[in-house]
Amino acid sequence: MQRIGVFVCHCGSNIAATVDVKKVVEMVQMEPGVVHAEDYQYMCSEAGQAKIAAAIHEKNLTGIVVCSCSPRMHENTFRTAAQRAGLNPYMVEIANIREHCSWIHKDMEEATKKAVILARAAIAKVNLNTPLQPGESRVTKRALVIGGGIAGIQTALDIADAGYEVDIVEKTPSIGGRMSQLDKTFPTLDCSACILTPKMVEAAAHEKIKIYTYSEVEKVSGFVGDFTVDIRKKARSVDANKCTGCGVCQEKCPSKKAPSEFNRGLNTRSAIYTPFAQAIPNVPVIDRDACLKFKTGKCGVCEKVCQAGAIDYTQQDEIVTEKYGAIVVATGFDTIKLDNYDEYAYNQSKDVITSLELERIMNAAGPTKGHLERLSDGKHPHEMVFIQCVGSRCSDNRGKSYCSKICCMYTAKHAMLIRDKYPDVNVTVFYIDVRTPGKNFDEFYRRAVEEYGVNYIKGQVGKVILKPNGKLLVQGSDLLDNKQILKEADMVVLATAIEPEPSVRQIATMLTASIDTNNFLTEAHPKLRPVESPTAGVFLSGVCQGPKDIPETVAQAGAAAVKAIGLLAKDKLMTNPCTAKADELMCNGCSTCANVCPYGAISYEEKEVNDHGIRETRRIAVVNNALCQGCGACTVACPSGSMDLQGFSNRQIIAEVDAICR
Amino acid sequence: MSLNNEEFRPKIVAFCCNWCSYAGADLAGSSRLAYPADVKIIRVPCSCRVNPMFILRAFEKGADGVILCGCHPGDCHYSTGNYYARRRMTLLFSMLDYIGVENGRTRVEWVSAAEGVKFSQTMNEFVEKIHSLGKNVRLGDLRCRN
Amino acid sequence: MQELISRAKELLADGTVARVLGWRAGDLPYNPEPAYFTTAEELENFVYNGFCGANLSKYMIEASKLEGKTMVCLKPCDTYSFNQLIKEHRVDREKAYIVGVGCKGKLDIEKAKKLGIKGIESVSGAEMTNAADTLTFQTIYGEKSCSYAEAMLERCHVCKGKEHMVYDELIGESKDTKDAERFAEVEKIEAMSPAEKFAFFQKELSKCIRCNACRNVCPACSCRKCVFDSTKFDSAQKANVDSFEEKMFHVIRAFHVAGRCTDCGECSRVCPQGIPLHLFNRKYIKDINELYGEYQAGADTESRGPLTNFTFDDCEPSIVTQR
Repeated sequence: MQRIGVFVCHCGSNIAATVDVKKVVEMVQMEPGVVHAEDYQYMCSEAGQAKIAAAIHEKNLTGIVVCSCSPRMHENTFRTAAQRAGLNPYMVEIANIREHCSWIHKDMEEATKKAVILARAAIAKVNLNTPLQPGESRVTKRALVIGGGIAGIQTALDIADAGYEVDIVEKTPSIGGRMSQLDKTFPTLDCSACILTPKMVEAAAHEKIKIYTYSEVEKVSGFVGDFTVDIRKKARSVDANKCTGCGVCQEKCPSKKAPSEFNRGLNTRSAIYTPFAQAIPNVPVIDRDACLKFKTGKCGVCEKVCQAGAIDYTQQDEIVTEKYGAIVVATGFDTIKLDNYDEYAYNQSKDVITSLELERIMNAAGPTKGHLERLSDGKHPHEMVFIQCVGSRCSDNRGKSYCSKICCMYTAKHAMLIRDKYPDVNVTVFYIDVRTPGKNFDEFYRRAVEEYGVNYIKGQVGKVILKPNGKLLVQGSDLLDNKQILKEADMVVLATAIEPEPSVRQIATMLTASIDTNNFLTEAHPKLRPVESPTAGVFLSGVCQGPKDIPETVAQAGAAAVKAIGLLAKDKLMTNPCTAKADELMCNGCSTCANVCPYGAISYEEKEVNDHGIRETRRIAVVNNALCQGCGACTVACPSGSMDLQGFSNRQIIAEVDAICR
Repeated sequence: MSLNNEEFRPKIVAFCCNWCSYAGADLAGSSRLAYPADVKIIRVPCSCRVNPMFILRAFEKGADGVILCGCHPGDCHYSTGNYYARRRMTLLFSMLDYIGVENGRTRVEWVSAAEGVKFSQTMNEFVEKIHSLGKNVRLGDLRCRN
Repeated sequence: MQELISRAKELLADGTVARVLGWRAGDLPYNPEPAYFTTAEELENFVYNGFCGANLSKYMIEASKLEGKTMVCLKPCDTYSFNQLIKEHRVDREKAYIVGVGCKGKLDIEKAKKLGIKGIESVSGAEMTNAADTLTFQTIYGEKSCSYAEAMLERCHVCKGKEHMVYDELIGESKDTKDAERFAEVEKIEAMSPAEKFAFFQKELSKCIRCNACRNVCPACSCRKCVFDSTKFDSAQKANVDSFEEKMFHVIRAFHVAGRCTDCGECSRVCPQGIPLHLFNRKYIKDINELYGEYQAGADTESRGPLTNFTFDDCEPSIVTQR
């Protein structure tokens, strides 16, 4: 029989305001096994933990139940406290009487009753707990960073500078990401490429960093400290070891009609290409869908002109398998598709563009060589209208419910730059709110209004109409003046919402990392563990976790790196002891459990058993504790009930069910 | 049968996976999104840990409704657990329906860690459903002792 | 039958097998029982007739542990069970010499009794070699008869076919006796109101005396130790302090064999209370077929069972209320 102590936390008034904690203490004392019960203001405080330790010593407790906040919050705290007092940490159970009780119920009597039942369930479970010992697993001292934008580059540099090997996997032909497409950055108006390229060069030159561009993560197996990853190196059709990056092939390539991804499709590129001049590596790839050689078999110009003999039309995709201890996701973002926003005439007029397209137009290496001009007729615009929150802060399901966070600032930047360079252009911005929380952000926005005379109108745009003369008619409302506005414009720029790079969902599935309905990866804790995924060993860097600007991304990238370094610095990890275990005498050896195990943790051994005097050799399931993650799929698949999960055993769960239904 | 006019308070067991739904329930809690106290949550590592025996046990012990919540398909922390749970529960629920247990007494809902609102809404709906079905007598009386 | 006996003698004599697993006459003319034969003399008691319904594949679990091979007589439907046992590593294919025996449907004496044929002293027409269409019974009330099909087991009316799924050699002709829809009974119940369904099952299950005959005969119930006998689920409540097992036994048993049950019908055949237990298993089979694609347990030894498999776009459990 266990000797159980129950500790009921007030959590200040968080619990005590709705749950009569004294009553809970009184009620649980009648439960089987309970030899001690007390309440305290803050069980998680040092004094609270001391009370637990004292009771363990004085009453010789063999198990404890803490009625408090969610186990996801303080289970570890109380397990550690118990361990310090000499109790096995797995003899601790938490009754969640805060998140699942006091915070959602108003009636004290009802909440108290429920708290007692939740405590009873935990007590019933602890009665059946057994001490568990965690095992150890090794740590591969190498990190993988998925995504080679500024987030991935910064994370990789920080990890590498700490002395650990890092691989970056980038799916496009060059690292650099979205930041490489930007012209200037707010609020300092730094040239984006000028501050990014040194980082790209540093990463490429770093002896601890290996960069896989034009590559994708194909498969992930294993677990924290010991991931095995298959990386698909897509066929570049160019031998990176031979290529000198002279660029002649791109010049001579006769097929120049493929839309340039880098310039958002505003102009075209050759079939053999590097995305941009500062690309790293400076090794082109052949776009096989656009290449005449691949399409018709006739051409081969690039091969002829290549002095280095680097062109290799026969190159195949290659799968590289690597081991990693930590994985950082830095997959970034894209702008949303505007198919749901026909009212802005984006698909009808070339002069309605997204802000990211404007970045390319403003950039000297862009489709207009940095000249602000209408894409329809090449004319210089005189009236420009910016529309904010296109697809952001959307209350219906056409767009995104969240604020994309960066649009207010980049629009102020665009407005300012245009007014600075072309004082003849009038700039009008339609906004819902202007949000400028950030260092020097509000000052920046005010400069746009006060010094550069940008016309901000609070109100939404209902429609953009393409007029026969090629001009655009913007129908909007001015909420402050309470009037309708009709404004003729030469160009309209849409502050299009950003969304996580769509391929992140597949990556999250491979990593078994949680992802929310907007495809942002979920943090382990929204406030206290913002750069870690709930999946151990997986860290989050940049916009894959939520919208953010460059300085925030860089800060988070560094934070993710620190978390990864903290993991890589360890030689061994403690493994979760809540693993599956087969009862030798009951196992049929039927293989059903192995069929459902996602980790390949179950194997079979011919084993000599002594079943109540019958000695025979039987085929028996054996669980590898280092591989088992404790999901329990096998326990239900097992027809005989031989397979059970330690810490969540059949009897424990049934005891909880019984206690709740009692 | 006793003739009391006491309001029917159903017993409802909710199995929640540790990674998504339990966290979703925590979020419902910290967001103060109320649902009836009749719902009691049991934490399991994964929806695939829930043995049909647990559900039948709950009914037999007097539960009026049992709901299983897990990660959305594709988002399982253990990659595939909820896919197995989905098949198991589909077949079990179909069997319960077949033997005449009202099929509204069982439910599976996928709730992510970010869906506190969905968790609370689901529980409110489920409790309402169980109220409309009334007390569960059938499974408790599956083998008529007379 | 004679051909079977002589072949068995040969196989024993040349050392191919160490024993023969078949049937011998029982106490009554219509209840032959499974038996081992190790000598030619013993084989004189070997019988094989229309009453040999017993599925011998489960006996091979124990026979697989014995020295030498066992010649086992399997009817076409029994071979599904044998395959399933191979898949679950419960029998050793190498230890079995499978003689696929012909079958033209097996008989259910209860059916004959229901036709008013009682006090039976002997039966003719049940032999497998003469494909008689009529069964003639000598009873204490005189001679009575019925058609062979009238007295067939329910499962034979929904026969899976005359092909053996696994065998070393075949002896005797088989006949496909299917003359009814496999899921007709299940559909009938599905069409009932919840109250009618419940009344139906409550009536049937209330007859159960928990003799465990269904569990013992079932080739899918091959666990060394049944969950109902183990302490791991707190379900072994022999003192009957708890009624969980009482009430849930058949529901849980059906779930445990779901996806593994070959629909051999042995559970219903042996139930002394006449509970149509196959209605549970067949419901699962029907659901599996409809929701996850046609699946016949034991048709092969490799494929994944439907409950240890999934697809990304499987239906949601709410389909139960939507169908």
